[in-house]
Amino acid sequence: MSSQRTSRAHAAGSPGSDAPAPFPPGIDPFIYAPAPESRETARLRTSYQIFVDGRFRDGEGESIKSINPADEEPLAEVSEAGASDVDDAVAAARRAFDGPWSAMPAAQRGKYLFRIARGIQERARELAVLETLDNGKPIKEARDFDIPTAAAHFFYYAGWADKLGHAGLGPDPRPLGVAGQVIPWNFPLLMAAWKIAPALATGNTVVLKPAETTPLTALVLAEIVADADLPPGVVNILPGGPSVGEAVVSHPGIDKVAFTGSTEVGKLIQRATAGTPKRLSLELGGKAANIVFDDAPLDQAVEGIVTGIFFNQGQVCCAGSRLLVQESIAEEVVAALRRRLTTLRIGDPLDKNTDVGAINSPAQLAKIRELAESGEADGATPWSPPCRIPERGYWFPPTIFTGVSPAHRIAREEIFGPVLSVLTFRTPAEAVEKANNTPYGLSAGIWTEKGSRILSVAAQLRAGVVWANTFNRFDPAAPFGGYKESGYGREGGRHGLEAYLDV
Amino acid sequence: MTEVMSVPSAPPLSPQKKPGAIRKGTSAMPVADLSRDTASLRRFLFGLPGVDQAGAESRAAGLATRTIKTTAKAWAIATAISMIDLTTLEGADTPATVRSLCARAMRPDLSYPDTPMVAAVCVYPDLVATAAEALRGSPVRVASVATAFPSGRASLATKLADVREAVAAGANEIDMVMDRGAFLAGRYAEVYDEILAVKTECGPTHLKVILETGELGTLDNVRRASWLALLAGGDFIKTSTGKISPAATPPVALVMLQAAKNFAEMTGQARGVKLAGGIRTTKEAVRYLVMVNEVAGAAWLTRDLFRFGASSLLNDLLLQWHKLTTGAYSGPDYVAVD
Repeated sequence: MSSQRTSRAHAAGSPGSDAPAPFPPGIDPFIYAPAPESRETARLRTSYQIFVDGRFRDGEGESIKSINPADEEPLAEVSEAGASDVDDAVAAARRAFDGPWSAMPAAQRGKYLFRIARGIQERARELAVLETLDNGKPIKEARDFDIPTAAAHFFYYAGWADKLGHAGLGPDPRPLGVAGQVIPWNFPLLMAAWKIAPALATGNTVVLKPAETTPLTALVLAEIVADADLPPGVVNILPGGPSVGEAVVSHPGIDKVAFTGSTEVGKLIQRATAGTPKRLSLELGGKAANIVFDDAPLDQAVEGIVTGIFFNQGQVCCAGSRLLVQESIAEEVVAALRRRLTTLRIGDPLDKNTDVGAINSPAQLAKIRELAESGEADGATPWSPPCRIPERGYWFPPTIFTGVSPAHRIAREEIFGPVLSVLTFRTPAEAVEKANNTPYGLSAGIWTEKGSRILSVAAQLRAGVVWANTFNRFDPAAPFGGYKESGYGREGGRHGLEAYLDV
Repeated sequence: MTEVMSVPSAPPLSPQKKPGAIRKGTSAMPVADLSRDTASLRRFLFGLPGVDQAGAESRAAGLATRTIKTTAKAWAIATAISMIDLTTLEGADTPATVRSLCARAMRPDLSYPDTPMVAAVCVYPDLVATAAEALRGSPVRVASVATAFPSGRASLATKLADVREAVAAGANEIDMVMDRGAFLAGRYAEVYDEILAVKTECGPTHLKVILETGELGTLDNVRRASWLALLAGGDFIKTSTGKISPAATPPVALVMLQAAKNFAEMTGQARGVKLAGGIRTTKEAVRYLVMVNEVAGAAWLTRDLFRFGASSLLNDLLLQWHKLTTGAYSGPDYVAVD
């Protein structure tokens, strides 16, 4: 029988070693061709206006240029709100609150929210491309996460509007009034949805300030609100810089302040609202521990580590920026992580195959660089996969630091970028101690196949969100918020209603 | 799994070590004694990291969002064609249908003579001689299912006889079915010994071990069965017979590719993965190639290490190739059916 095989010229153990005929010739190996989403889909306009009292108009402030962080090209001129615009917006929100919005049956309010949710879905592609242009995040994330989750938040809270008496917050909880909301640039539309949906569902009216570098999708959301025919003044959107945010927060006509952003600014806001009747909820920074035990499902843990720190270029307040890995498997996990990082695709955020996009602003890039340099200076070892960084735009390669000590700045300070600090531990008690050794307490991750360990460790972690065998998963029904310097108040779920109700 | 070795950039394709070497403890494997008995095998298999089902599903779904266009799609279609084990496993198979299949295997598309040949033709043992005759002189290999395919319910002697006849009739590759009954009952040594015996019977003939993942129930079992088959000397691990649903699914493929990758890291031996059953469209095939590329690595993007067991997939690949080259969809009347 072997003679027959030999005559067929098949090397033993090496089937079909004859190379496939070149077809088509000359293309080798598997290089993914560019697959860019069309920029036209964003329906980008040359200028955008502020939205006050149901109308778009020019603001009193200077106009600001919104830049595409992936190539530093200006995208559009955005009119900035001035002090008088803030006054007008708050007054309009007050009129709407005292007038039609409060008089309306709750089910009707819910109907408006459902309309907004559908409006987001109808313009989902446009919003996704616009978000990618303005923020620098990969289109894959804008398309599959930001926009659908924003719509989901409106759908979720639309359902609550006429059921507030069943939320466990008393038989007839009342709205607070006019909410002033200041949101960050990392998930521009989604953060607007997190703020506006629960506020409207509970019967409040809002004045929202999007971030200076990413105002565009919030202004498209204003169009969706206008198309949904909401009464004028229920939603007002005021793009601008820190001065506009300060004016909104400190305005005497505001009953409730909701802020998502840095701990530093959160502290300023807390001082500004101290001694006033304003209610306050804060969602601030984080330095989450992602704890991998030696009995973890390792392949999935590696995925979770990658999602934890490289999702949205690490510009996520709940990012798993500290990897705590059990010493016995540390080498194996880091090796697997490095291998996985070599498959990450960095580049044009509009390309559907891009995994890691641009950093949102030069200021943020400078902060990431400064902290990464401190990591090296402190003696930790950086590693990045071989990758080609575009020449223009704000870019930072995915980076893993090993040999990190808990005393290093990169183990303590929020980097808000694609930089992971790897620390090790030996016992569950040590893992918990290291995880909790931070002024923050927003999120944490636990990886183990042992259910009892998940429960016992989760109970000891001082973090608002604890993920088990997953990371960076969000659902409108799940409350989100922090301990300690990560803020207070919860967003999402039934708990998210409480931040906007007088209970 | 105690240490991670660097992967050679190109997997060694030289003849593998005799499978018996593992038992004698003469191989480089750090797990020399683990196949001593069921208890040792169980300790090893249950020492492998678990697979989180939700995590594996979400990783597979994430890989499926890759967009493969133009030149990349052309490459993927050509590569997928070259990786097909063109299969007919019907009771109604005749020498004529097998000859027709062999003709298509060697020249899949008359209007595009450059189209690569498929990797192999896969038939029942009694039709091996017919296929071998039809494929004589071509690089297309003859694969035969054996060991009481598809159920695997026969004595070891019968299974070995099945293999012997297929090899004697000219099969270059044997697709055996793993004894799922013994595996699910925890009789790992029995499964191991059977695969080893079949491999010994095969000699240099290539052995693919069908795990029938649709009957294994969990991804943890898929990982353990993959390792068991690889340890026992299987050259390939294969998902399914095609007779059980579900057959090849993305999470199962993910776990098997990961096992092949980890096995290569541990032993330095690159072994292959074959996905069979239910893969009918170009879109699915391209997604699996993306998975091979990003999970096992580009070194696995060769028919020596990756195969599709399929029949109708070939025609869809050809139609998509027509569409890509001419801009128009030619339609199913322009490709041959058996």
